[in-house]
Amino acid sequence: MTEAATYAPIYPELVLAIGAMALLMFGAFTRETDDNAQLGGWLAIVILAVAAGMILAQPAETVTVFNGAFIVDPFGRFMKLLMLAGSAFAILMSHGYFKRHRALKFELPVLILLGTVGMSMMISAGDFIALYLGVELHSLVSYVLAAIRRDDVRASEAGLKYFVLGALSSGMLLYGASLIYGFTGTTSLAGIAAAIPPGGVPSLGIIIGLVFLLAGMAFKVAAVPFHMWSPDVYEGSPTPITAFFAAAGKVAAVALLTRVVIAGFPNAVAQWQQIIVFAAIGSMLLGAFAAIGQTNLKRLMAYSSIGHVGFMLVGLAAANADGVAGILIYMAIYLAMTLGVFAVILAMRREEGMVEDIYELAGLAQTDLKMAAVLGVLLFSLAGVPPLAGFFAKWYVLAPAVKAGLGWLAIIGVLASVVSAFYYLRIIKIMFFDDPKPAFEKSDAALVFVMGASVIFTLVFVIWPGPSILDAANAAAVTLKF
Amino acid sequence: METGIWEIGIGHYLTVAACLLTLGMFGIFLNRKNVIIILMSVELMLLAVNINLVAFAHFSGDLVGQVFALFILTVAAAETAIGLAIIVVYYRNRGSIAVEDINMMKG
Repeated sequence: MTEAATYAPIYPELVLAIGAMALLMFGAFTRETDDNAQLGGWLAIVILAVAAGMILAQPAETVTVFNGAFIVDPFGRFMKLLMLAGSAFAILMSHGYFKRHRALKFELPVLILLGTVGMSMMISAGDFIALYLGVELHSLVSYVLAAIRRDDVRASEAGLKYFVLGALSSGMLLYGASLIYGFTGTTSLAGIAAAIPPGGVPSLGIIIGLVFLLAGMAFKVAAVPFHMWSPDVYEGSPTPITAFFAAAGKVAAVALLTRVVIAGFPNAVAQWQQIIVFAAIGSMLLGAFAAIGQTNLKRLMAYSSIGHVGFMLVGLAAANADGVAGILIYMAIYLAMTLGVFAVILAMRREEGMVEDIYELAGLAQTDLKMAAVLGVLLFSLAGVPPLAGFFAKWYVLAPAVKAGLGWLAIIGVLASVVSAFYYLRIIKIMFFDDPKPAFEKSDAALVFVMGASVIFTLVFVIWPGPSILDAANAAAVTLKF
Repeated sequence: METGIWEIGIGHYLTVAACLLTLGMFGIFLNRKNVIIILMSVELMLLAVNINLVAFAHFSGDLVGQVFALFILTVAAAETAIGLAIIVVYYRNRGSIAVEDINMMKG
């Protein structure tokens, strides 16, 4: 094998990185017009699609490059495809929004592409150094994206808060990594797994390191008790950017957490399971109760996503291949639902500007029945009503947990789901039974497309994409343990 | 390893690093005055990690920790640059960088 061919597994990442550089040149050497910025966005979507195509074309096997620092396996490929879809849809939805706010810049797709490279590294990281560089590449891009509307005080406050808490979480993650390195003598996940003897108790240093590491990663996935940044950041950031955080960023962070604990600490399950169970209970309950008082739809979605992360952590707590498959399925469905809801939020626009309050949706069924139906279906799905996709997402994480002897955790999950149904159904009540407010302006074609795709996915999940996603997730999950 | 009272062992380095990390964290949470101080606290946390890594690398005779520390130094510089840029943007909009003024959004 030639030198170049050994790097074939990272070609998708190379395409993204070189594409971002090329796009930067394109932006720097063309005139700064809205049309050029929009063209840059479309080119970025093409680059993301090419990378996705290359990932699909890779053979279904586990390959490692750079001495195990970069793992390309079916699990990573599944997560990367979701993450690329999240990034592409975020760019697609951003055009109309930024054009109307006179903030259309060619830097936006470039930054999203670079963030995508970082997320790709997070998903594939097999070594703490690679993990840290991936996390930071994604985080630094996210801080800038949150504050990309420089003239908006709330966006810059979101960026500032995200930066401070993100830097704190990176510090904790690193401190944990340094302790684990010191006590195992290696930074690679495979080496750490080998350094902890099966059946024994890991040394105290490793356990403390694991706690710090998990705290840092809980920040990135926004799990309780490290969730406090996400409502503020979700509310303050420009809405397409919020969609990018909620969709793509969440996928990458959950994939990272899953890979680190499953591949790096298979012999310390008892230790990390307690932490994950605690975070899962906290996230599910907080997601259910704290969202009740919210009237800002973006803030409500932040709490909703905290709750959903709690459910994913239930699947992780099961600590077996079924649980991991559940996480993969959950991620796919969550991504579709979230992108759909954010497309609706972006379509909430009147002559005077964007509105985000749930009471602005009053009587939507009378002014725009299609949009009300779309949001209704998505909210029912988020609440987990069968036969919509959201029900199966919860089913495939709760069932493995019950089998793994965590039945009580699943019961808490179901109860939290019932409580959270309250605030989802309240929005439906407002849309269908309250007196109508003035109609929204006509939505962009891109938003209608995202809403349609998302609602169709949610409705027919049982029949068509469901079974094949299930097979792919099951096949991908077993490859994680090695 | 034999460590007398005058001999500095790995435990001393780890203690210093743990103290610095704690100082950094308290600097972020207890500070009510200025965002720049938060930036310094973040730097302090990362330096604590670097001390840890270099100490471990030295005492185990393994170079990976030192390489890791170099990467962290590089990334920390980039992080500070971005942090300062965001603070400048925030100051232009709000006219203040006092921590207690960062309260537009609550809930």
